[in-house]
Amino acid sequence: MDFQGTGIGAEDRDDASDTVGTQRLVVIGNGMAGCRAVEEILARDPGRFRITIFGAEPHVNYNRIMLSPVLAGEKSFDEIVINDAAWYADNGIDLVAGDPVVAIDRAARTVTANSGRTVGYDRLLIATGSDPFIIPVPGKDLPGVISFRDMKDVDAMLAAADRGGDAVVIGGGLLGLEAAHGLSLRGMKVTVLHLMPTLMERQLDEAAGWLLKTELERRGQTILTGADTAAIVGEGQVEGVALKDGRTIPASLVVMAVGIRPSTALAREAGLAVGRGIQVDDHMVTSDPAILAVGECVEHDGQVYGLVAPLWEMCRALADGLVAEPSGYRGSVTSTKLKVSGIDVFSAGDFSGGDGAEDIVLRDAARGVYKRLVLREDKVVGAVLYGDTADGSWYFDLLRKGDDVSSIRDLIIFGQAFAQGGGQADPKAAVAALSDDAEICGCNGVSKGKVVAAIQAGACSLDAVRATCKASASCGSCTGLVETILALALGDEVESGPKTICPCSSFTHGDVRREIVAQELRSIPEVMQKLHWTTPDGCSSCRPALNYYLLCAWPGDYVDDQQSRFVNERLHANIQKDGTYSVVPRMWGGLTNPRELRAIADVVEKYDAPMVKVTGGQRLDIFGIRKEDLPAVWADLNAAGMVSGHAYGKALRTVKTCVGSEWCRFGTQDSTGLGVKAEKMSWGSWMPHKFKIAVSGCPRNCAEATIKDFGVICVDSGYELHVGGNGGIKLRGTDLLCKVATEQQALDHIAAFIQLYREEAWYLERTAPWIERVGIDHVRRRIVEDVVGREALTARFLFSQSFSQDDPWAARAAGKHREQHAHLGEFRPLEILAAEGAR
Amino acid sequence: MMTGDWIDVGALVEIPLRGARTIKAANGEEIAIFRTAGNRLYALVNRCPHKQGHLSQGIVHGEAVTCPLHNWRISLSTGEALGEDEGCVPTIPVRADAGRVLVSRVAMLAMLAAA
Repeated sequence: MDFQGTGIGAEDRDDASDTVGTQRLVVIGNGMAGCRAVEEILARDPGRFRITIFGAEPHVNYNRIMLSPVLAGEKSFDEIVINDAAWYADNGIDLVAGDPVVAIDRAARTVTANSGRTVGYDRLLIATGSDPFIIPVPGKDLPGVISFRDMKDVDAMLAAADRGGDAVVIGGGLLGLEAAHGLSLRGMKVTVLHLMPTLMERQLDEAAGWLLKTELERRGQTILTGADTAAIVGEGQVEGVALKDGRTIPASLVVMAVGIRPSTALAREAGLAVGRGIQVDDHMVTSDPAILAVGECVEHDGQVYGLVAPLWEMCRALADGLVAEPSGYRGSVTSTKLKVSGIDVFSAGDFSGGDGAEDIVLRDAARGVYKRLVLREDKVVGAVLYGDTADGSWYFDLLRKGDDVSSIRDLIIFGQAFAQGGGQADPKAAVAALSDDAEICGCNGVSKGKVVAAIQAGACSLDAVRATCKASASCGSCTGLVETILALALGDEVESGPKTICPCSSFTHGDVRREIVAQELRSIPEVMQKLHWTTPDGCSSCRPALNYYLLCAWPGDYVDDQQSRFVNERLHANIQKDGTYSVVPRMWGGLTNPRELRAIADVVEKYDAPMVKVTGGQRLDIFGIRKEDLPAVWADLNAAGMVSGHAYGKALRTVKTCVGSEWCRFGTQDSTGLGVKAEKMSWGSWMPHKFKIAVSGCPRNCAEATIKDFGVICVDSGYELHVGGNGGIKLRGTDLLCKVATEQQALDHIAAFIQLYREEAWYLERTAPWIERVGIDHVRRRIVEDVVGREALTARFLFSQSFSQDDPWAARAAGKHREQHAHLGEFRPLEILAAEGAR
Repeated sequence: MMTGDWIDVGALVEIPLRGARTIKAANGEEIAIFRTAGNRLYALVNRCPHKQGHLSQGIVHGEAVTCPLHNWRISLSTGEALGEDEGCVPTIPVRADAGRVLVSRVAMLAMLAAA
């Protein structure tokens, strides 16, 4: 199949060329676009041109997009050939393979190949395709660093795979993942490095990207997102990839698949109009009327394309314009499928949302399915499908035609068969028509008859149905069905259930907390997928809650999502109405010393803070700090030994103390000392809401312990422990939890109570409403009566604290998340504009 | 760097997905440039129509941002308050090209002239 350096030359078949057209068409590029254009021309008028095709590769025309199956071992090269040698011969085409064109002389109308061969043309077609983009890092030219573009690259990968070892694929897009899949199947240990936070971000949204990553990891690949390549390292041969974060990933093969660029050098040197690609009109004619261009190398109407479908449409328009009635190319809407066996991914159109866009989302956790349609003005404008792509072509068809889908909107997400199934246009009627045996809840095996029986027995709400017959109590994907059955059975008498976490979900906070643990859900996208979130990325209510629940459930394992935190917890300071911040350093138990006070005074002067105030929690609050200055302020406070006071967080705030037995004539115990110990134990812990502790040295209660979340009142015989107090919006005195004899027992109970609150309360629920909801008896049972349970709670809290007690200020002062404190860009566009205006 | 009608203000990767960064505009005003989960860019004047909260510090979800001060939800595409609230903040044309963030020169000049 190879024609290395040779041509099926015109010289050999002069007799043939005499019988075909007199006009000479030269095609630069023997790939999919060039040959398809020739096919389209031949189909319209086989006798018009004498055709010469130059190809850089020593092959006949093959299907480049099928290189992935060749790499994966699913196809051979022969199977992906589109036009074999006979096709060229039968059509009198001179193929010059393995001899790339190096120059175009527009005045003389000739092209010259690398070998020196020069051929004249009447019409020239440029179909040079695209070049892989090579990221300009040190080591990019080392042997063993390749791209994934042609058969030569596949051969190099196959040879590397024979030797085994580690491969790194840079780029988690379509091409990179297909390369990784093939290398993995061929036995290499593959790591994919992707700069962006989610895979295939141009084709998939976050939810689908997460599902894809999970599946690839399950198959043994290592996927590193947010991985920025610093250099490729090795002595004479690639040995690894160094990342900007300092890690080095070993590799004997590095595949760069970060993107492609239109191959325009030849056209540019010939003086044709070139933007991002070779600029063409609707008939694929370049700025020189004798020269056409088609495929990935062109720019049409400001667009360049890197997929195959537009190429077919371009070739039709080109042939129509050249030899038949001009039809004109109007740009393409594209769709993408990933060619990795067993993983079904489809995306089309614009799924980034935007003005007036509405999402319809279907998630089926049990089947690993995620479907999202984006509608605008009752038309499908985008689709992302994962796990079940059977309806991809139907959605794509609706999208391209711009059909009004309002009449099938309720059912469209279930697919063509269902939406156009006839007689089922009314979902209620469809459900009513179901037999009693029909399974409603697959997770718990509940039939429609059982659901109806539960409703007839008095279950009047979704929650009551879930509690009695278990339907929709697990994954929740049948929630809509159960609600319809409720509506059919009860009409207006359906009772609304407890409040859901937010409009993105049909689950309550309690449901979500329970399922995170039961199903071992470990990330926000996973929770959203498994619990059928109806929005792609949640909202400002559910995301902070999920972030907290995951952090609480998987200490040390879950990676905090900064974008799901409120500003104060992201910037570790309290935002004020004017956009400045207030800073509160921790003062353990309300104690301070000259060094700390001097440092605070210095900060106030140095950063011109307009106000310093003593807080209700016995510390000092510095107001009016600009976000740009926060890291420097923290560095100064750190230098004096102070750490973050978490005055901004859903976390332990202060431990308020009185002076206790050390100074006070009434003091019974060392309340200050206990307070400091309690604070040292509990600081840094994230909680459902803020948490305040106080320790009073005697029943006079100068530290106001009975309106705190946890209050200790020291007495002669030990320590009274009080919980659930609140001095805020709704004043609530504490409930007595129990009395203990020793300081250590008091600390153990504080830890156990905090952990119970962390594990059971809903996000943004203070201890007071939590205790009113679950009852103080429940808390006493768990903490006082169940000694083993209490010890386990204490142990879980201390374990979790082993990951939490890093001062976030120190990390920021050292440069972490520097971007949060600075404007974008290194220069000021305003100043440039002002200078322009002055001119 | 300037490119015709657009001003290059920085690298796209500097704006986190579901996050925002700011640039200085005229008269102490800032422009907040948002990047959604869907990788779409929007720019708004960085003050909530309610009480001038810095929208850049809000949580970005879908095509909206929730103001950090009083939880007003603002549409990123129109600048209008969503739900029951009423108010609007100016939008600035912004786009990404070749990994760079570009804002409209005309809009920036207009803000400068108004200052």
